[in-house]
Amino acid sequence: MPPKPLDYVSINENVKKSQYAVRGELYLRASELQKEGKKIIFTNVGNPHALGQKPLSFPRQVVALCQAPFLLDDPNVGLLFPADAIAKAKHYISLTSGGLGAYSDSRGLPGVRKEVAEFILRRDGYPSDPELIYLTDGASKGVMQILNTIISGQDDGILVPVPQYPLYSATISLLGGTLVPYYLEETANWGLDVNELRQSVAQARYKGITVKAMVIINPGNPTGQCVSEANLVEILRFCYEENLVLLGDEVYQQNIYQDERPFISSKKVLMDLGPPISKEVQLISFHSVSKGYYGECGQRGGYFEMTNIPPQTVEEIYKVASISLSPNVPAQIFMGIMMNPPQPGDISYDQYVRESKGILESLRRRARIMTDGFNSCRNVVCNFTEGAMYSFPQIRLPPRALEAAKQAGKVPDVFYCLNLLESTGISTVPGSGFGQKEGVFHLRTTILPAEEDMPAIMDSFKKFNDEFMEQYEDNRGYSRL
Amino acid sequence: MRKSAADRFRHLFNRSLLLRHHHHNPPPLSSSLSRPFSSMASDSPFPVTAHNINPKVLKCEYAVRGEVVTLAQNLQKDLQANPGAHPFDEILYCNIGNPQSLGQAPITFFREVLALCDHPTILDKSETQGLFSADAIERAWQIVDQIPGRATGAYSHSQGVKGLRDTIAAGISERDGFPANPDDIFMTDGASPAVHNMMQLLIRSENDGILCPIPQYPLYSASITLHGGNLVPYYLEEATGWGLEIPELKKQLDAAKSKGIHVRALVVINPGNPTGQVLSEENQRDIVEFCKQEGLVLLADEVYQENVYVPEKKFHSFKKVTRSMGYGEDDITLVSFQSVSKGYHGECGKRGGYMEVTGFSTEVREQIYKMASVNLCSNISGQILASLVMSPPKVGDESYESFMAEKGNILASLARRAKTLEDAFNKLEGVTCNRAEGAMYLFPQIRLPGKAIKAAEEANTAPDNFYCKHLLNATGVVVVPGSGFGQVPGTWHFRCTILPQEEKIPAIVTRLTEFHEKFMDEFRD
Repeated sequence: MPPKPLDYVSINENVKKSQYAVRGELYLRASELQKEGKKIIFTNVGNPHALGQKPLSFPRQVVALCQAPFLLDDPNVGLLFPADAIAKAKHYISLTSGGLGAYSDSRGLPGVRKEVAEFILRRDGYPSDPELIYLTDGASKGVMQILNTIISGQDDGILVPVPQYPLYSATISLLGGTLVPYYLEETANWGLDVNELRQSVAQARYKGITVKAMVIINPGNPTGQCVSEANLVEILRFCYEENLVLLGDEVYQQNIYQDERPFISSKKVLMDLGPPISKEVQLISFHSVSKGYYGECGQRGGYFEMTNIPPQTVEEIYKVASISLSPNVPAQIFMGIMMNPPQPGDISYDQYVRESKGILESLRRRARIMTDGFNSCRNVVCNFTEGAMYSFPQIRLPPRALEAAKQAGKVPDVFYCLNLLESTGISTVPGSGFGQKEGVFHLRTTILPAEEDMPAIMDSFKKFNDEFMEQYEDNRGYSRL
Repeated sequence: MRKSAADRFRHLFNRSLLLRHHHHNPPPLSSSLSRPFSSMASDSPFPVTAHNINPKVLKCEYAVRGEVVTLAQNLQKDLQANPGAHPFDEILYCNIGNPQSLGQAPITFFREVLALCDHPTILDKSETQGLFSADAIERAWQIVDQIPGRATGAYSHSQGVKGLRDTIAAGISERDGFPANPDDIFMTDGASPAVHNMMQLLIRSENDGILCPIPQYPLYSASITLHGGNLVPYYLEEATGWGLEIPELKKQLDAAKSKGIHVRALVVINPGNPTGQVLSEENQRDIVEFCKQEGLVLLADEVYQENVYVPEKKFHSFKKVTRSMGYGEDDITLVSFQSVSKGYHGECGKRGGYMEVTGFSTEVREQIYKMASVNLCSNISGQILASLVMSPPKVGDESYESFMAEKGNILASLARRAKTLEDAFNKLEGVTCNRAEGAMYLFPQIRLPGKAIKAAEEANTAPDNFYCKHLLNATGVVVVPGSGFGQVPGTWHFRCTILPQEEKIPAIVTRLTEFHEKFMDEFRD
């Protein structure tokens, strides 16, 4: 009997090869335990609302009104919704061609894309063309579309930071391309050394790979570093010299927890460099409504902006976008509001600012609490979370722990994280899901649990860690970098 | 007493149309046929040019938003700038199944529930009861309670919120009379991404083929191309109302095999797009047998399951048919696609849908789950809507009567428009049009005179494309040439939706008729 097409042996190898640890083994085990009644703290994914962060009021009011526009004519609507939300809803409905239920332009509503362009102009000081901004069902879809355009086969290489957010490794795998790693330097605050880049590219080319693109995640995920302007200049010059398109994942641009390195967009740095570089380096920048202070992961809203991409290529990207007809319209409205928020004088302004600031300031405090908590453990070293939503401590494991992991048939950090989960209910993602140097182990957790729960969570972690070390340590010390 | 939701929606919609003329900013894309070859030539230093991007991207086509539509958008821009420059005063987009863009009102109950789920803080305010129906409030409570932390803004389980999948499974059960498992449901941003996932899973190389109906909805051809596979066509029989003949399936399957192609799956679109036929149950049983015998995965696109306009036909899901034949999980692998975009609800912009996957091993289910997890989850609002579509108001619910009235009116109107346009097309010289038993389209065949075909050749364009462009320029009506869907070589068709507002249909018929007469006068041999 020949194998059937959907038997395991018969399916696409690329599917089998690709991995996405964020919802992989640890998460599945955590879900099992939860079903059995154990209390689980899910810190495996950047999903703020799932951990109690509230949505901002104004966008929800506006979108609710857009969903049910018959409310707008009801004389009592003002009892539940402020006047500026009502006006904003009417504005967005007028931008649609038939309300929330009609497919929009495949690139997204022109009016919203205009709002995005205006935001970018205000942010960077350089004009942005709405025609080169495409809204997508989350930034992830945009990343997949662009990588699909770039990758023809296994000879096409994409430079990806290690550690990285595994959307990149999984997608490159699915598309049959080659991931070309460049290692971030943990001891230099996850800094990027251009020499490391050069080496990675040279090695890849030696193996016959055409390196076509470079991914940077700024602020970093899982690493949390905010890339300095000087570093961005180096990166852009590097892309210019090596003929690479730069893919700038900037979804965490609003999550900045220190003042030394504010967010600066790759686009701005590129434009600041002036011609010829500013006219030649191809750049695609990604943003999302899932992070920042909105945290609206479930809406699936994002965009990418194209810079210096030839019109024929843009047409091809449009063509592929059109096959999926259109991104979901409610999320486009969330994006519009995020780009074009209430202004001073608007009824909802104060509340909007208060809610946003509250979230960001709390995230800043939690970043500090978590980093300090990890660093107070003697076998843990943790770089400060300068931005994004994660903490990525390095856990130094003694040889007997490594041995026990081997016996259990698990990679050491997976072993550690599974034990942590069973002991404390804290569900993290092992560092191996993101990539790390050989023999060095990490885990990724989010800084998203409620502020009042943080001290207890860090205590719980410390208690587990100390007991784990007690169990596996011997007097000869433990693994070092 | 509240004005009917449909009336108020129409009022708002018409206002938005007026406002849209000021806001709308159509793209400056010009036809790729007329674009001179870009200076970004093969010696370009840029890493990403049209010469070195993924060739599968270059190869794939999607006519529904293709060339004729781009021309229409340019015409629309021109109309705004120079009103009166054309023999029509608006562009009518009949190229795409997008009901609400042409004035169809959403279902009030669904929108009430969605609005409440978007802004759940108002659920326990007393003022809310004055604005929303009681059963909408109750349903919204039920739904948010199924979402952990009532967080409608959080990523859900990668297959979709469990409680919503339970509702959908119950809805499938009730529809079919056979049980459905919530763990077999994978919710997606519309049915299209689910189709892509299946193509990704099934296609390993260009030696893998997927049997597709011709004519087909070009998502399939585009997706197969993007994933590097082989489309194996099987022709629907126009003379017998677009019948699906098993001998034709067998013939095409064997021909593909002899060329060394592993045929993995059979796509069936029921009701059909663009062809509109509703399969008979007997035909469906034959198809199931065929797939079982030949070891093919059955991919059942059933997004138009609520759009059936003729009393002699009924929709039967392939799930129901397989189970009623006594075939279970071990006998046949079946993937069924459903969407919130069509039916009577027409919520295209929400991007809601799911696939129900049955008859595959645990390991493969894990792979499907893994693929879904890379995108984390589909949008929650779309998930909620899908659960509403599969479990609408019931007898006794406060909204039941008004819901049934809205649904009935929309479906009856669609049936009338289908018939009116079908009759109109059949009256045109050289045109025959099969009945639209279901879905949202008519797919008339036009017998073009030799002179027209020659003129098309000279214009370097396919004859049906030539006709559609002339049609657009004369009437402002946008349709999609049959070559975008596939057709028997040497025959020409176009696809036109039945969606323009009913009051506009007579004017459309008049314009189309006048245009066609002039066209035939000009090109008659």
